[in-house]
Amino acid sequence: MKRLTFAAVSGALFGLGLLISGMTDTTKVQGWLDVFGDWDPTLAFVMGGAILPMALAWRIAARRRTAVLGDPIPFIATANPAGQKVDSPLVFGSVLFGAGWGLAGLCPGPAIASLGWGGTGGAIFLLAMVAGMVAAPAARKRLDRITEAA
Amino acid sequence: MFDIAWLWGFVGGLMIGAAAALYLLVNGRILGASGILGGLVDGSDRADWAERGAFLAALVVVPAAAAALWGGAETHLTGNWALIILGGLLVGLGTRLANGCTSGHGVCGISRLSLRGIVATAFYILAGGIVMVLGRHVLGWI
Repeated sequence: MKRLTFAAVSGALFGLGLLISGMTDTTKVQGWLDVFGDWDPTLAFVMGGAILPMALAWRIAARRRTAVLGDPIPFIATANPAGQKVDSPLVFGSVLFGAGWGLAGLCPGPAIASLGWGGTGGAIFLLAMVAGMVAAPAARKRLDRITEAA
Repeated sequence: MFDIAWLWGFVGGLMIGAAAALYLLVNGRILGASGILGGLVDGSDRADWAERGAFLAALVVVPAAAAALWGGAETHLTGNWALIILGGLLVGLGTRLANGCTSGHGVCGISRLSLRGIVATAFYILAGGIVMVLGRHVLGWI
């Protein structure tokens, strides 16, 4: 129960942060990506603000190694299966993600958080995003075969 | 000229980082929106479905309630269905191939100086910028 409560508190705080920062507003995101338009630097402030507490959290994590509810802290206490390897799915996937982010102005967090007021368009975006996620494992297998052959 | 929106951005960013710090240090999990939802919908990691569900339910309900109290919020999402559907498909597929998005690779990855996080962030920003500039200023789609 504690685990679910803290997951909900974290989800709530994440969602409120996305709303307050303006990240659920596609004009802010697209205004940041559009360097040749009337450039909006807000997203850089959001990223900077988000990285600060997290950098502190990683320092604490390095000392504790175990989370408060008893789980080993990922990347610290457990071996990271993907390692630090920069591979083609990472680069190819990030390029596809960035392209979609530019087209619509929503990334996964804000797409979920804005479901309540995003209207039909927001719901369709979320459904399409889920469809893309469901298709990913098969796409990953194909990509692996192509890179193996190459 | 300082814009008040930048301050809101920073304050909201601190909240996003605090949420990620809480999820890491208390639950022992990475706050990555695409990973939390993706592992649930593609069936790859359903063991902790209740924890993911609690996170996602609060992520939908709490901002919606706050927006309603605030007097409404607006996504200003395009009315072009082709862009919405193509954008959603690419975001879903791309983040799962890359195993992370703006929260997982961006916030959680960069803050621990993860090479994968930094490379992913560089590529999605670069691709987003190119698509944005081409789509808006050259093709006139966005």
